[in-house]
Amino acid sequence: MTIMKFTKSVIKNLFSKPATRVYPQEKRIYPERTRGHVDIDIDTCIFCGMCQRKCPTGAIQVDRNEKTWTIQRFSCIQCSSCADNCPKKCLKMGNSYPEPSASQTVDIYQKKEETALKAAE
Amino acid sequence: MSKRSIVPFGPQHPVLPEPIHLDLVLEDEKVVQAVPSIGFVHRGLEKLVEKKDYQEYVYVAERICGICSFMHGMGYCEAVERIMNIEIPDRAKFLRVIWAEMSRIHSHLLWLGLTADAFGFESLFMESWKMREKILDMFEYSTGGRVIFSVNKIGGQRKDMDDDMIKMFVKLFGEMESDLRELTNTFLQDYSVNTRLRDVGFLTKEQAHDLGAVGPMMRASGISLDTRKMGYAAYPEIKFEPVTSNVGDSYARVDVRIKEIFQSIDIIRQAAKKIPAGTVDVPVKGMPDGEFMMRVEQPRGEAVYYVKANGTKFLDRVRVRTPTFANLPALLETLKGCQLADVPILILTIDPCISCTER
Amino acid sequence: MQDNNQLKIIDPNTLVPTALEMKNSGYRLVQICATRTEGGYELTYSFAKGYRLKNLRFEIAEETEIMSVSNIFEPAFLYENEIHDLFGIKINLIKIDYNGTLYKTAKETPFK
Repeated sequence: MTIMKFTKSVIKNLFSKPATRVYPQEKRIYPERTRGHVDIDIDTCIFCGMCQRKCPTGAIQVDRNEKTWTIQRFSCIQCSSCADNCPKKCLKMGNSYPEPSASQTVDIYQKKEETALKAAE
Repeated sequence: MSKRSIVPFGPQHPVLPEPIHLDLVLEDEKVVQAVPSIGFVHRGLEKLVEKKDYQEYVYVAERICGICSFMHGMGYCEAVERIMNIEIPDRAKFLRVIWAEMSRIHSHLLWLGLTADAFGFESLFMESWKMREKILDMFEYSTGGRVIFSVNKIGGQRKDMDDDMIKMFVKLFGEMESDLRELTNTFLQDYSVNTRLRDVGFLTKEQAHDLGAVGPMMRASGISLDTRKMGYAAYPEIKFEPVTSNVGDSYARVDVRIKEIFQSIDIIRQAAKKIPAGTVDVPVKGMPDGEFMMRVEQPRGEAVYYVKANGTKFLDRVRVRTPTFANLPALLETLKGCQLADVPILILTIDPCISCTER
Repeated sequence: MQDNNQLKIIDPNTLVPTALEMKNSGYRLVQICATRTEGGYELTYSFAKGYRLKNLRFEIAEETEIMSVSNIFEPAFLYENEIHDLFGIKINLIKIDYNGTLYKTAKETPFK
C-alpha cells in the first residue's frame, strides 16, 4: 500500500492534450462504418417493399402506387437490416445521426416520374 | 440489543443510476438484514417473442442491456443455432470471441470507474472512462455502433473485420496495456482505495456456492468456474484459466476483474493469431423446432438463455437469466454485518446491472 | 438439450424431496423457468454442479398450487416471486414472499 499512488497519472495529465474535443467548434469525424441514419437513392428504388417487411420496428413505409418511400426517423433503430436486404442496394447507412427535435420527424421521398421530368424540360 | 431501525436505500441513489431498492434493517450503524425490491422498470422483453419472429428477436435480445449488448445477442443466436443445427464458419466464431472480449474489457473499465466514483475518487473514475472511450471508438470503427453493435445474426456475423483492422486493434491494446497497468495499480495499491475495499463484504466459498453467485463475484470467493470453458464460439481453441482469488472481500473482486481485463487482452491476441480466413455467415433455412439452454459468460457472470421453438417463425418462449439476478442473494449475504456507509460500495462490487435484471 | 445437460421429468408432488436430494449431492440452483402451455404451465428447475446442468421438469394445470423450494435453495425466493408475479402461479411457503409486489407491472400477471 502506498500513499499518493495516483500522482504520476495526475502529472502526466497536466502536461498532455485533453482527452475531450471542444465540441461545437470541432465536429466529430465519424468512422466509415458508423450507422447513423438510412439514406436512400430514390431513383434506383423499385418499391419492392423488402425494407418495409424486414424493418424490426416498422419505421419504413413503401407505397408502390404513389412511388413514395417514407421513414419515421425516430422509430428507426439504425440496425441496417433494410440496407442489408435491399435487392437494388439503393439503401445505405449514412454516418451522421438524426438531429434532435421536439417532435417526431417523418421523411418522405418521392420518385419523380420520367414523363413528368420530360415535360418539365 | 440496541434499537432496530429500517433505512430505505434507493431506488434513487447517487452511486447507482439504476432503480433497485433495499430495505436495510439497522442496529445502530450496522446492517442486520437487507430485503431487496426490484421490478421498478420491468420491460417484458421476454414477452416480445410473440410479436417478433425469431430472426428479428436478435435486435430485442441486444437491447436487454447496453453494456453487454454484444453478449446478449450472441447468447441468443448461439441458442437458436444449436436448435437449428447450424454450424457457423470458423471466422465468425473467432470474431465473436474478439468482440465479446472487447465488451468484457469495456464493461470492467466502466465498473472500475463507477466503483472509484462510489468511494469518492472522481479523477480515478474519469481516468477509467477515458480508457473505456478508446474501446468504444474501436467498436464504432469495426461494427458501426457504440452501444448496440447489431453484428450478430443467426448463422454468423453481419460484418467482418479485415486483417488490418484486427492488427490495428491488437496494436492499440498493446499500447493501452501500460496505461492500464498504471491505472489498475492505483486501485490495487493506493492507500485510500485499499482502506475502503479491504476486509469488507466477505463471501465465503460455501456461501458463494449455495447462494448461486456467478461471475467475478463467485471467482473472488475461490470457485474456479467460467462458462467460457464450456465451449461456445471459438473458446475451445483459446488457452486461458479462470481468474480466482481466495479472499472473498471487496478488494478480491476488484483484483479478479482487473486480472480479467489483462486476460481478455491476451485472449484477443490469441484469437487474432488464430483467426482463419473465410466467410462469416451461412444461409439459414427452415424454422427452429426444439429447445435449448445456453450458458454464456458475460462480464458480470453467467447468463442463461432458454429458447423453446415450435417449428413456426415465432418462438414459444425465450427466458434470460441475467447475472445480476443470480448475484442478488449473495449481495444480501455480504451486506449482513457491514456498516451503513459501506452499503453503496458493496452493492457496486457485484457489478449490478438492473437493466439486465428488468429485461 | 446441451451436451452436458440432462432433462428429467418428475411428478410435481415429488419436487421438494427431489430438490433436497439435489442439495445433498452438492448441486446449486441456477434458474427456475415457467413456460405457458395449453391449459397450464411447464416449469423447469435447473441445477448445476461444476459445468454440469441438471433440469427437473413438470407440467401443472392452471390452478395448481405448488410448494416452494426456497427453504432448501435460498436464491429460489426471487425466481418464485417472479413466476408468481408474471405468470400467476401460486407458490406456497416462499421464504420471503412479496405477495405480488416484486414486479410493479401495469397489468397483473402479464405473461399468463
